[in-house]
Amino acid sequence: MTRDLPSLVAELHAVAGALRRRVQIMEVCGTHTVSVFRHGLRALLPGCLRLISGPGCPVCVTAQRHIDAAIDLSRIPGVILCTYGDMVRVPGKTGSLEQSRAAGADVRVVGSALAAVKIAAANPERQVVFVAVGFETTAPATAVAIQHADRAGLANFSALIAHKLVTPAMAALLDDPGAAIDGFLCPGHVSVIIGAEAFRSIVEGYRRPCVIAGFEPTSILEALTAIVRQISGGRAGLENAYTAAVGADGNVVARRRLDEVFEVSDEPWRELGVIPRSGLRLRPEYAGFDAVARFHVTLGEDVDHPGCRCGAVIQGRLDPDQCPLFGTVCTPLKPLGPCMVSSEGTCSAWFKYRRSRGAAEAGGAIRVEAVAGNGADHRGSTHVAVAAGAPTAKKGSAT
Amino acid sequence: MCLAVPGRVIQVHGDRAWVDFLGNRCEVCMALTPGAKSGDWVLVHAGFAITAVDEAEALDTWRYLAREDVGEMLGDSTGTINRTGPSSAKRLTSAGVEERSS
Repeated sequence: MTRDLPSLVAELHAVAGALRRRVQIMEVCGTHTVSVFRHGLRALLPGCLRLISGPGCPVCVTAQRHIDAAIDLSRIPGVILCTYGDMVRVPGKTGSLEQSRAAGADVRVVGSALAAVKIAAANPERQVVFVAVGFETTAPATAVAIQHADRAGLANFSALIAHKLVTPAMAALLDDPGAAIDGFLCPGHVSVIIGAEAFRSIVEGYRRPCVIAGFEPTSILEALTAIVRQISGGRAGLENAYTAAVGADGNVVARRRLDEVFEVSDEPWRELGVIPRSGLRLRPEYAGFDAVARFHVTLGEDVDHPGCRCGAVIQGRLDPDQCPLFGTVCTPLKPLGPCMVSSEGTCSAWFKYRRSRGAAEAGGAIRVEAVAGNGADHRGSTHVAVAAGAPTAKKGSAT
Repeated sequence: MCLAVPGRVIQVHGDRAWVDFLGNRCEVCMALTPGAKSGDWVLVHAGFAITAVDEAEALDTWRYLAREDVGEMLGDSTGTINRTGPSSAKRLTSAGVEERSS
């Protein structure tokens, strides 16, 4: 049933032969970004097709004010702050949750919102705050967890809500007059929840092809071929290349639980500003579980590191290696912006699977950071200058 | 992150279930897939089953995941509430691949 990669690549090239211009397709989902790089798919694409990475990494687009709020909450005496693992190293204005933990805060990584509720039940004398980050794939879990806490009468549980919705962000990108996006590779697991029809507004409102794909390279290639076929045929339609998991209406139960607990609100996205109706906030009947309100946290303004181009990368305007900080000042070991911190961030994926071509082409030396020998101290590093033209191992090449 | 991993439902109890991920049994919340029953395959994300999938699709996905760094994926994606079974997902992965190479 599964076709092999070479035949799928050949078909993509054949279909792209009918294109009369260069096209740019945005892959919205961080998992797609990683999968594309892991399998060296970019190198296999026809020259007229460019893949750009969009704002599909929830960690990467969490506004700095929410990260700072999480850090502030972690520093309140007695608070146990529970968070998904990939948030721990994201830098805010005052450091990261990891640094807060190193300074004595009780920050615990959980894999599930219900695990945070369990911690609250087991520690009735402590306040437990859950950092609720993620798109529609993850938000239903928060909804269920809050309802659990409500039924159990857990007065010591609350959540910092920073969930975001994917399709309003896609629309906001297209509203920008500088947008150069010809089609979208749509996220698979978000679509499991919201359903394929959720992208109808993008297809009909903006006349852009949208194809939903799973995270395996075969699914991604099939979806890209479908998008290119539409573009060369002058069409803009909605297709589902992940029918094994995605239905037209998604998971109706999950959507109902979301609707019971949350309402849609305007939401700040890192480097993208506030996007109307792109986030979630607790409905009045659950507002008592809002951590920002409970602890009177002041949400500040986003202030970013000068030179950080995460915003442009998230919008698909810039490749990571066009950011002046990429691979030099900003690396996975010492990330400045969220695109490098998150394992699904565009810059992190580029760094792991590809070195900057620009430096080699420009004839300059590129720096490679290596972890110090004992591996225990991640702050230690040795700088090794690699002369231009020296062979570097190419990771993620197609097998 | 939005990765979801397939697992096989072993036993449902209330709104939870023991789900098997190639020998690693984890407790998963089934509140979003109330119709799922023992023997069904589900996609699990952040400790929750988000949809059912058929066995062929699930095994296909596992054949793919078995070649990847499943250890990290399993820990992050399933996000399960409770876990039993061998602690090294990498050992499990090789065992899983052997079991299924028939």
